[in-house]
Amino acid sequence: MKLSDEIALEVDGLRMRYGTNDVLKDVTFRAHRGEVLALLGPNGAGKTTTIEILEGFRGRSGGRVEVLGADPPHGDESWRARIGIVLQSWRDHGKWRVRELLAHLGSYYAAYSTDKITRPWDTADLIEHVGLTDQGDKQVRMLSGGQRRRLDVAIGVVGRPEMLFLDEPTAGFDPEARRAFHDLILGLAASGETTIMLTTHDLAEAEKLADRIMILNEGRIVADGTPGELAEQFVGEDEVRWTLDGQRYVRSTRASTRFVHELFKTHGDAINDLVVRPSSLEDTYLSLVRKAESTHDPAIGAGVKEPAR
Amino acid sequence: MTPSVMVIRSGTRRGLIELRQAFAGFELINQLLWPVATLVAVFFLRDREFRDTGFELGTLVMPSVLGMFIALGMILVIQYLTVEREDGTLLRAKTLPHGIRGYFIGKLVTTSGCILVYLMILLVPGAFIVDGLRLGTAGSWLTLAWVLALGLVATQSIGSVLGALISNPRGAGVMSVPVMALIGISGIFYPITSLPDWLQAIAQVFPIYWLGLGMRSALLPDDMAAVELHHSWRHLETFGVLGAWAAIGLVLAPIVLRRMARRESGSRVAEYREKALQRVG
Repeated sequence: MKLSDEIALEVDGLRMRYGTNDVLKDVTFRAHRGEVLALLGPNGAGKTTTIEILEGFRGRSGGRVEVLGADPPHGDESWRARIGIVLQSWRDHGKWRVRELLAHLGSYYAAYSTDKITRPWDTADLIEHVGLTDQGDKQVRMLSGGQRRRLDVAIGVVGRPEMLFLDEPTAGFDPEARRAFHDLILGLAASGETTIMLTTHDLAEAEKLADRIMILNEGRIVADGTPGELAEQFVGEDEVRWTLDGQRYVRSTRASTRFVHELFKTHGDAINDLVVRPSSLEDTYLSLVRKAESTHDPAIGAGVKEPAR
Repeated sequence: MTPSVMVIRSGTRRGLIELRQAFAGFELINQLLWPVATLVAVFFLRDREFRDTGFELGTLVMPSVLGMFIALGMILVIQYLTVEREDGTLLRAKTLPHGIRGYFIGKLVTTSGCILVYLMILLVPGAFIVDGLRLGTAGSWLTLAWVLALGLVATQSIGSVLGALISNPRGAGVMSVPVMALIGISGIFYPITSLPDWLQAIAQVFPIYWLGLGMRSALLPDDMAAVELHHSWRHLETFGVLGAWAAIGLVLAPIVLRRMARRESGSRVAEYREKALQRVG
């Protein structure tokens, strides 16, 4: 995919401190228009804090942040109209009917149409797009968890945002709901008009949805790149196992193919039970998560509350 | 369409939709409970005479309870604000352009609408239950209109300030205790002149007494002013006290509400939810 030169999101040296506790230390990244960005990290890494700072809902201790050309806390109403936000799932507007709620929330955007973008998204069209046509006249509180989530996404995009934030959008989903949700996001991304940033602690999800993955750990971006780049830059060595004369061997190496070739050249048929296990991004990520969880000090998480699920 | 026209339209529409929801299905029973209970009380008071004055207690109480129901708008606003901050409605409004303004316009419409419906539920049958209400003159409706308007602004703006300061729906429940006590001493169900002076003094600081008095002045014959304090309807004082509360509310409410809205974020709502779950579990 060819990226636009236009920068939608720029974060430079972002810091966040609660009391004596640095939740974010020097977070730096940028996103081009139309890019899908996943912020990946274990619970308590500072993902929600980061995304709330970008949404303009939380102040920061230091650093420069620009979202669609504005500093979020000072973004005016017309800036707000270009931002879409999918919150973690709440219980708001339970008595409203789906169609009624989307039409109402969309009406706030009517004054912000441009030559290129007609706002809001037509209600009937949007309901069909997120697969809620049969639920249009249902009360919101009667929706299932997955339906409610699709409604949350619909609300997030009803103003046809140029920048869409999704915080842990699939937390608590069953696999089927997750797949449906992924298709929805990929569909939005395909237009290339909407820059999407989502947080998740699920690597597979990040790999599936994102053009670029950033891994946040202990308040720092520890990796940033396409899934392929990350595998290269960040990943350790492959593991080669074999037996020779009844003896078992294990060896870690970056050049596993060459190593195996040498092995056969030296020992020929004497090599048995050969296994080459390529190191994966997942291994590295999981070891990172494990490390974060084992050293997790409850005080560190205090400012980064993410709901237990 | 300019954004300010848009937000007034969206907010009003929001208020009307939620007004309809407030009187739909099961909610209707909830909503009718208090007005109907009040009517029953008025019914039993209709023939009792107040202290050999020749005035029937029911006739005195009927307009007074209208004033009380206007004051209840304050409780409604506090409940709405605490509940909807906790369930994320307010945060949702914050994600929209001009959403917070639309939200508050909506709340004003819903709450005022609810109160108007209560007043009609009370006044229409009430006019048949008690004798001597003065409903036929333009003057009484004019007085009713300005007392009502001032009362709605005063009680809802003060309610918004309190709602923003109270941290959860349980706090809103606690708030209704002093309000009930205040109703008790505000001459709604029995004339204030029967109370000790110091209680009379307290009651006259708050809007409930003046709303009751204003409604009585609108709907009762002028000679009934004889049973009031200073034997007068005291329109000037009514305007002064209600106006002062309205002014305080209108100055404070935007400041406090803006501060409250600024603090809302996804993780705060998650926090509310966790606390709410702890309360239930």
